Amino acid sequence: MQKIEERAREALKKKATYGEDIELEKFVRQAEPVSYANLDPEEQKRLRQTGFDLSKQEHSGAFFQSDCSVVHCQSTYKGLEVLPVTEAIQDPEKIKDYWWRAVSVDTDKYTAVSELDLDNGYFIRALPGEKVIYPVQACLYIRKEKFAQHLHNIIIAEEGSELHIITGCTISPHLVSGLHIGVSEFYIKKGAKLTFTMIHNWGEDVYVRPRTGVIVEEDGVFISNYISLRPVRSLQAYPSAILAGRGAIARFNSILVAPPGSELDIGAKVILKAPGTKAEIISRAISGGGKIISRGLLVGEVPGIKAHLECKGLILSEKGIIRAIPELEGQTAGVDMSHEAAVGKIAQEEIEYLMARGLSEEEATSTIVRGFLNVQIDGLPAELQAEIDAAVKESEKALI
Amino acid sequence: MLEVKDLWVEVEGREILKGVNLKIEQGETHILFGKNGSGKTTLLLTLMGFSRYKIINGAIIFKGQDVTAFSPHERAKLGMGISFQRPPTLHGVRLRDMLTICGNGSGRGEILATQYNFAEFLDREVNRGFSGGEIKKSELLQLLAQDPDLVLLDEPESGVDVENLNVIGQMIKELLQKKLKRHRQKAGLIISHTGFILNYLEADKGHILLDGKIHCQGNPREIFEEIQRHGYEECARCRR
Repeated sequence: MQKIEERAREALKKKATYGEDIELEKFVRQAEPVSYANLDPEEQKRLRQTGFDLSKQEHSGAFFQSDCSVVHCQSTYKGLEVLPVTEAIQDPEKIKDYWWRAVSVDTDKYTAVSELDLDNGYFIRALPGEKVIYPVQACLYIRKEKFAQHLHNIIIAEEGSELHIITGCTISPHLVSGLHIGVSEFYIKKGAKLTFTMIHNWGEDVYVRPRTGVIVEEDGVFISNYISLRPVRSLQAYPSAILAGRGAIARFNSILVAPPGSELDIGAKVILKAPGTKAEIISRAISGGGKIISRGLLVGEVPGIKAHLECKGLILSEKGIIRAIPELEGQTAGVDMSHEAAVGKIAQEEIEYLMARGLSEEEATSTIVRGFLNVQIDGLPAELQAEIDAAVKESEKALI
Repeated sequence: MLEVKDLWVEVEGREILKGVNLKIEQGETHILFGKNGSGKTTLLLTLMGFSRYKIINGAIIFKGQDVTAFSPHERAKLGMGISFQRPPTLHGVRLRDMLTICGNGSGRGEILATQYNFAEFLDREVNRGFSGGEIKKSELLQLLAQDPDLVLLDEPESGVDVENLNVIGQMIKELLQKKLKRHRQKAGLIISHTGFILNYLEADKGHILLDGKIHCQGNPREIFEEIQRHGYEECARCRR
């Protein structure tokens, strides 16, 4: 622990490789606790739009953190642990193999600050062999103006387990600005399967710096669905997965929308270290006037791996910018790696095709946009897919 | 129902149609013949109002209204419908959704899809990975769901295997209410390269489009036989 703290201190001024540098001093670190019942109707609505609704959805566990305080934390399934991370770290045995093992504490100043001045975060663990069918609902909420939220999440799917998590990150509709720094470490053990769906629903002057690392062991499966459809000032994330065991699989799906004034720099990196591992990175990006940088890096270190990267961008506004940066690195013969990237506007021909079937120009455009964002994700529970569909529908209304 | 008056059309700066005149009455089916590149598809897509086709001169009158400046949407609402030869692929839009759009929210399209043995395609993305014949079937299904009064068909037989030609023929007959002997409401303009359609339905008139103009209006069978015997070269000479 001593050494981790030292490394964090040394990295406190270290700028991130990507994204604009954020002056952390401009944000506040004090906030008052709140109870779930005290949130006003508009706030409740915002949470629902972000996929967090404890009254409606069946869930195996729930976690709700507002600013620095954990408001709600519960597991309703015996094979599942859900704890505030600050509580989990009290037990060194529980945490020692998982604290800063998938993400380096000295990655940049954001990882450093979350170590040295941590608020909280969740510790979620599916016990060996447990199939946790209903998703765990989590929500990380900023409620105080200019609050900088520092989080550290640990997610463990033990051997042979199955776990679905849906996390919504959002800010109160009454706020203008905030900063979200979230470290997330995922450990998928032998034969385990984890689906992680994250819906980001920020505001026009919010800064976001997630730092995510994933380690997948033999025959483990990690599926990430990331969705950011609302305005955000600056969001930069480049999660990285290591496929360490034979037959491990990682899939990153992302659906990104950048309204005017938003800047999203988002990617995914997968390092395929064992034979028979597979990776897929698929992103759909729409610019309604903002800027999106869509990165992707696949590294094939051994023969017998298969990896594919697909990045499609649609620019709906004259001012919009989408930059796709797909990278493949094969370090040996016998790797099977490919990518496809396409950026453009909606083809007039497609709009008119739909118009000839009776749709107005607006309806036709909206049908095409919805189709573009319609990423059907294999193996996703129906309710999660419904959640994603609803979020997409919501954003489409705002775009057109 | 449709009257085209002295229609001049340009595509990307190139003049394609040079004074087309055409009249189709309610209940009539017309066949449009012509060599590759003669402007047949241009005529159909101009009638439907596609923006790529710039009208330089002339007018399109549909049901007594001048629709020359109308969008494809407005024309569709008035009762025009088209089957494309090479429609674009719509990613993420399933045929089921498309049929709902065509049927204006009714479930008619799905019933038709089952009737024409195409139900397995309902959850496929429109035109993605469809074979030539599948595209034609999907196009005609969409039109059947839409139920337009004027049906524009661009080579409905191209790419269709022999087995499916009959189905395509039946679908077109239904579109054009060929079962009705009297009081037929629907009219059609069909581009045919092979004349196959004449094996399935009676057409009222045939036209040959040549060098951007319509020549040789008459009995479609006679015209087709003439083309088979002498090719389009003879038409160019004869210019009735």
